[in-house]
Amino acid sequence: MLHIVNKSPYEKTSLASCLAHARKGGAVLLIEDAVYAATRGSVAEAALRRAMQDVAVYALGPDLEARGIKGKVMDGVTVVDFGGFVDLVAEHRTNQSWL
Amino acid sequence: MTDTRDEIDAEEGAGVVKKFMFVNRKAPYGTIYALESLEVVLISAAFDQDVSLAFLDDGVYQLVKGQDTKAIEVKNFSPTYRALEGYDVEKLYVERESLAARGLTEDDLLVPVQVVSAAEMAELMEAQDVVIGF
Amino acid sequence: MSIEVGGRTLETDEEGYLVNLSDWSEEVANEIAKAENVAMTENHWEVVNFLREYYNEYQIAPAVRVLTKAIGKKLGPEKGNSKYLYELFPYGPAKQACKIAGLPKPTGCV
Repeated sequence: MLHIVNKSPYEKTSLASCLAHARKGGAVLLIEDAVYAATRGSVAEAALRRAMQDVAVYALGPDLEARGIKGKVMDGVTVVDFGGFVDLVAEHRTNQSWL
Repeated sequence: MTDTRDEIDAEEGAGVVKKFMFVNRKAPYGTIYALESLEVVLISAAFDQDVSLAFLDDGVYQLVKGQDTKAIEVKNFSPTYRALEGYDVEKLYVERESLAARGLTEDDLLVPVQVVSAAEMAELMEAQDVVIGF
Repeated sequence: MSIEVGGRTLETDEEGYLVNLSDWSEEVANEIAKAENVAMTENHWEVVNFLREYYNEYQIAPAVRVLTKAIGKKLGPEKGNSKYLYELFPYGPAKQACKIAGLPKPTGCV
């Protein structure tokens, strides 16, 4: 399953809840304010690092760029463009948005 | 739409039944999500799909007994969860960890539910054809 | 839109459903029924009252399938079927009876 998160980890528990329910082999895509979670050296980095043992983590490039943090993305997070977003949705049998 | 239900029934068999799960993660009155989710559930029930509801995080607050909204002048839609059975929506899953974190137990809820762990909830989500988050 | 009943003006939506549930009375029901060309009999009232009780308990107007099943449970199979209910309310037992009962249109009804 592809999990899509769009809220900052500092404002909502959506990312934490998502990571608690993402199963091995799944993928997590960070979009909109959720991309802040992928910032190197942030509090959220540790949680993402742990999750990466089981799931692949992606972040949407245009949202990183818009927020000025594209150069600060932690290792292990794959940056995708809108086409990559569509590919991820197509590759997974199901997807779920964590609002 | 609902009034043409019998015609729809006659054509059944051609329809594909999919597993739909509605995931509720928001408290009832602070935002419109909970009410919107409930309305979508009631509508989808008319299409004879395999519908289940998941309540986790603040979503568990939707099912708390004794809600009384008179003084805040909004509609108390909590009694509607008790109507779901009549709509053949009988799979209500509530996450144990979310209840515990909020000082709640199954006894605080207004409908019979199945309490499951986060791991079981993750499994249930994985088994769906469509998962719609609110 | 609105309807006139006993000298009072009651607000309705564009399809004729009462906006304020508290405006309803049996007199109002009779007036709405007249506009719908439904001559109210005891059997009609049975359904209308059932709907009001259902709404009171669950805060929604039931979909027709749910209504039919619930009526069958309460009033017996000879009443809990579409044929019987459509004969009473030709434009749909859920839609039309709800209108007469002063309830909102059932959720999921377009």
